[in-house]
Amino acid sequence: MISRRSRGASVAAVGGFAALALTLAACTPPPSDEDNNAGDDGDREIAEGCEAFEQYGDLSGTTVTVYTSITAPEDQPHIDSYVPFEDCTGATIEYDGSREFEAQLPVRLQSGNAPDIAYIPQPGLMASLVRDFPDAAVEVGELAQSNVAEYYDPSWREYGSVDGTFYGTPLGANVKSFVWYSPSMFRDAGYEIPQTWDELIALSDQIVADGGTPWCAGIESGDATGWPATDWLEDVLLRTAGPEVYDQWLSHEIPFNDPQVAEALEAVGSILKNPDYVNAGYGDVQSIASTPFADAGFPILDGECWMHRQASFYAANWESAQPGTTVAEDGDVFAFYFPAMSTDERPVLGGGEFTVAFADRPEVAAFQAYLTSPEWVNTKIPLHTTGGWVSANSDQDTTLYASPIDRLSAEQLADESATFRFDASDLMPGEIGTSAFWTEMVNWIASDKDNAAVLDDIEAAWP
Amino acid sequence: MDEILNNAGLWIEYYTRPVREWLLDADGAGHKLALMVVAILLFVGVMGGILALVDRSRRAPGWLVTVAFVGPALAAITFGLIYPALRTIYSSFFNRNGSEFIGMDNYIQAFTQSQFQLVLRNTALWVLLVPVLATLIGLIYAVVVDRTRFEKFAKTLMFLPMSISMVGAGIIWRFMYDYKQTSAEQTGLLNQLLVMVGLDTKQFLLDSPENNFFLIIVMVWIQAGFAMTILAAAIRAIPDDIVEAARLDGLTGIKMFRYITIPSIRPALVVVLTTIAMATLKVFDIVRTMTNGNFGTSVVANEFYEQSFRQLNAGLGAALAVILFVLVIPIVIYNVRQMRISEEIR
Repeated sequence: MISRRSRGASVAAVGGFAALALTLAACTPPPSDEDNNAGDDGDREIAEGCEAFEQYGDLSGTTVTVYTSITAPEDQPHIDSYVPFEDCTGATIEYDGSREFEAQLPVRLQSGNAPDIAYIPQPGLMASLVRDFPDAAVEVGELAQSNVAEYYDPSWREYGSVDGTFYGTPLGANVKSFVWYSPSMFRDAGYEIPQTWDELIALSDQIVADGGTPWCAGIESGDATGWPATDWLEDVLLRTAGPEVYDQWLSHEIPFNDPQVAEALEAVGSILKNPDYVNAGYGDVQSIASTPFADAGFPILDGECWMHRQASFYAANWESAQPGTTVAEDGDVFAFYFPAMSTDERPVLGGGEFTVAFADRPEVAAFQAYLTSPEWVNTKIPLHTTGGWVSANSDQDTTLYASPIDRLSAEQLADESATFRFDASDLMPGEIGTSAFWTEMVNWIASDKDNAAVLDDIEAAWP
Repeated sequence: MDEILNNAGLWIEYYTRPVREWLLDADGAGHKLALMVVAILLFVGVMGGILALVDRSRRAPGWLVTVAFVGPALAAITFGLIYPALRTIYSSFFNRNGSEFIGMDNYIQAFTQSQFQLVLRNTALWVLLVPVLATLIGLIYAVVVDRTRFEKFAKTLMFLPMSISMVGAGIIWRFMYDYKQTSAEQTGLLNQLLVMVGLDTKQFLLDSPENNFFLIIVMVWIQAGFAMTILAAAIRAIPDDIVEAARLDGLTGIKMFRYITIPSIRPALVVVLTTIAMATLKVFDIVRTMTNGNFGTSVVANEFYEQSFRQLNAGLGAALAVILFVLVIPIVIYNVRQMRISEEIR
């Protein structure tokens, strides 16, 4: 009995003491982060080179999380490009790259664990995310809106909009209308760079007559297998039918299996399914389906393949094929413009990524605006010391590009006489753009499915 | 008073912040591992506490003891299995983001579109071929190596693939099937063999429909070891007097196998067949690693993943999961009944 009472007393004593301590403590508020960082404020206001950042205001103590599909080591230029923003505004940017980005982002949105900013590689994915999670995405802020209006072609705003609301600001860009070749092989054989589609076919025939195989291609790409073939069809449709038909086709104003599309597929087939033309270094037509897109152009380095149609970003792959490969007009490999029907037209197919905000906070809007500014672009370009990144920002300094192919791409994007069109499969609904279009193009190559059946089956899958 | 309370709240928040950040924001493998240990300790502590309390007090009524012991398991099954299952069935009647009721449309699509019919056909192929082939190979192997000099070594060899994950097996076999044009230097073993006998190389994973069989071989390769182990044990367990009596009656070789061995191990055979069938219905890793479901090789589980996580079509994904669920159920029921029967015999 005694022991029980004394234990109760001691419990009460401890409790009383704790309560007292809490009460005393409660009289004064705890130190805050703002107090801790007070010393930095003075420095920042006079910091040099921060004039362009004044518009974002003081963002000390705030954090913006960025979620992307870009992982190490490619993520370093991204992380480094945030440094001026962090130094000048005091905000912290937390970068998180995941290979499972596309599967994980919807899961994070669903579970209420959204990142502040996500880099979304396709407008189609952005559209379905915005529609599936209407409360998650935040409309682009005023500052970023005016940046995009000032520095980007108006079409970029369209690509970043879903049902009329502007959600995604342009980040990087790439040009897909390129044919990779070996300048020295062309010089030694006496071949000229073709300027029109007919010249391209004539050159291919010439190479066959000279005993070579002109083209190499590969469309294997894990669970995205088939996409390089969709680029082929889009690039050719842009040439055979023109940009207006292209726009109608991607928005389904004309059916997917329209005769004009059939004609374009026929033209693609005259190269990709021509056993005389392909698949240099890899085998027959069917081997295109099993050749990884990342390796597909490599036979050019061995002198086995003459031409490989692939986007500007393919420049990064040459290094892994053969360290020390120079990508330049007088180097080991370079790319020429995928010729149009005539020299008067200049359609350019390209793609790009977008930044979408999922949090409505001033620092998030400021960071999104920073990513659309010339300051960021001109900081980021030199960080890619071996190239592989292009911006469509019109206020960029193209002399900063380390790689000639990136400079060429940036100039293509800025060219007033060129007609830029965004990769259609990225803009089509997911059921087509990341599913039926891919798998049917795979069937077209791998199982020799005929043109009409391929187009009809994609049309049937349109939601 | 309000201010004091407010400040107290701030103080609590201030002092617990490092702890909260440590618990919620793991960075690095070490930190994550430590968090896992903390979570396990918390779980053990709470569960142990509840059980100890119930155990200690003699006055606790019977129902309380029952709830304390069965409750956590029941709760885990309810929230971890039954609720998600019902939820999946529910969402299979809705559109891609669950905003609109569309009745049986997802199921109609799954059974009528040629793309999904192909998936169902492939799944049927898998579920017919894998259990039969794996069991047959395992059984023959078990009988052949039984009581031989090198039995242990031979059994170990056969069992080894079981220890490899399906993704690992998929990658290994992708190298086996690797294609290069006939004139090039081969990296795939099978195509090298073809070249050596003077044939052209083959696109093993591309040519439909036989590419399905080349994928099925991988699963058989993994599961035959499992079948062999169970069946070898069952053969060993056949009472010697039965075998001896049969031998006295003049049974040998194939007849012995047909009339004594097979009937004696029938329950084990059924369990092996059904267990492999269940594993096969759920097959995903092999198809995903080897072809990504391209070239006409997709199966239901792969298509379910494709629709749910890549196409973000939750409704259709759920419908495919339900189809898979419905297909597995009869096998599970049969499996459980057979196990009960074989236990009764024992």
